[in-house]
Amino acid sequence: MNKRPFLGWFASPSILIAFGITASFLAIVQYSLRAHVPGSLDPGGFTLENFTTLLKAVYGQAFLNTVLLCFWTTVFTLLIGYPLAYAMIRAKSLALRSAILLISLTPLFLGEIVRTYSWMIVLGNRGFLNASLIQLDLIDRPIDFMFTMTGVVIALVHFTLPIVVVMLAAALSHIDRNLERAATSLGAGRVRCFLTVTLPLSIPGIVAATSTSFAWTFSAFATPQMIGGGKVQTISTLVYQVGFASFNFPLAASLSLVGLLFTIAVLAIFNTGIRRLEQMGAH
Amino acid sequence: MRKTPLDRVLDWTGRLLLAAILGFVMLPFVVVFIASFNESAILSFPPRSWSTKWYVNAFEYRDFGLGLVNSLKIAAFGATLALIAGAGFAYVLDRYDFRFKALLNSVLMSPLIIPNFTIGLGLLVLSAAASLPRSTWLVVATHVIIVLPFVARSVYVSLRNFERRYEQAAESLGGTPVHVLWTVTLPLLLPGLISGGIFAAILSFNEFTASLFVVNQSTKTLPVAMYDYVREYADPTLAAVSVMYLVVVATALVIVHKLFRLEKVLNVD
Repeated sequence: MNKRPFLGWFASPSILIAFGITASFLAIVQYSLRAHVPGSLDPGGFTLENFTTLLKAVYGQAFLNTVLLCFWTTVFTLLIGYPLAYAMIRAKSLALRSAILLISLTPLFLGEIVRTYSWMIVLGNRGFLNASLIQLDLIDRPIDFMFTMTGVVIALVHFTLPIVVVMLAAALSHIDRNLERAATSLGAGRVRCFLTVTLPLSIPGIVAATSTSFAWTFSAFATPQMIGGGKVQTISTLVYQVGFASFNFPLAASLSLVGLLFTIAVLAIFNTGIRRLEQMGAH
Repeated sequence: MRKTPLDRVLDWTGRLLLAAILGFVMLPFVVVFIASFNESAILSFPPRSWSTKWYVNAFEYRDFGLGLVNSLKIAAFGATLALIAGAGFAYVLDRYDFRFKALLNSVLMSPLIIPNFTIGLGLLVLSAAASLPRSTWLVVATHVIIVLPFVARSVYVSLRNFERRYEQAAESLGGTPVHVLWTVTLPLLLPGLISGGIFAAILSFNEFTASLFVVNQSTKTLPVAMYDYVREYADPTLAAVSVMYLVVVATALVIVHKLFRLEKVLNVD
């Protein structure tokens, strides 16, 4: 009798998809090594020129912008997300918990366009924020949020917040409350109990949320494209621009390949960090 | 336990902080709601006069209707195919050891790390290299690749918590593998399959970046049609679309929360 019924049937569709993923990855590698023929969508002969082109200042600036956006977005998302996750897990009333959960999760299911467009209306020169500040006589002229790093970071924090809250809430919900009770009964105040018990125990969750926040921000396209408006170039906006404005798909391919290698390197560092933390926890 | 003055201060700081953060999360949606009723095509706060004409405009704009139909079609096909492939994969991953299992797993999960713009570009150049047309099927394939890891994980979690004894009982009573699968395994897995499928459909419906690379004028999805609209027009029609989008999503979430309790679904209980 067959010891592994359905193995072939069940594995085949996913194997087919795995081949598709591999093929499209190889297509990017192949394109990245081909010359761009202006005016033609077909690539030319083999060359390493695309990668030397990437050394130009404009691409370095895009890398720097992307890293800065990832950094600031992650910092602010954690600072805002942690209290939100904490309140969601620890709120005493069920209604309040449900409300926090629904409000923080709804943006996750709204897609990048709705959220980014909404922020354009908030942050624009005639937008809600500037109009309110002017009417309150706090400023004379509108502050530039659109087409600036600040504006992009504000919208990206909003974009990344739900997934970070979910990850932090999962980590916080698995902390044994008895440890906190023990600390309190031994005379630790609430602040001390949080700083010496709860916060350290949630570090693995914070690290996991940090790496996810990094990957999300790195992959974000609509937000830097629409709020940055070409003034804040990132790797994602440049890949699109090089591909669809100049039709230089070989260069777009090499740029996304370098970006991908960079992501993998950063995530590998995070994973090593997580493993170290787990080993420390085991001892 | 009596509350010290410090406790009071902490309580109130916490409440204010929570209110401020929730305000930040809701701010853009409140603002977009107000803007959608702004009569003039040029934004102003507060609006000088009110109108519902942008809602009418949203319904009359052809690309939104076309995009909605495309998105629903693509989400339905994409979620179904991802569910079939993902559930099958989760099953063999949970039950069997086979050659290249780890490799297959890392390739299928790689879209969690690969940015969506890279996935879109990859499928675009692949279809160009293979001289395939930029059809609806290309968009469906892109979405299947992107949502498969989420579906596979969700079904895999259900399989991990699965009580194997029911299957063993059915087998020992002489059930053939097909019979056991059909009458025991599938019904028990059904909740996991349904939630995985719904999740996949929502992700696919919202997907924008990868789609932007692989669609053409006739296969445009709703998010891409919305993006194109912002680039061409500055009027609040998109605010009206956003409000409708928000209402549909929020209603669906409240229903799901009432039925399944979201904190259980997300494992944050």
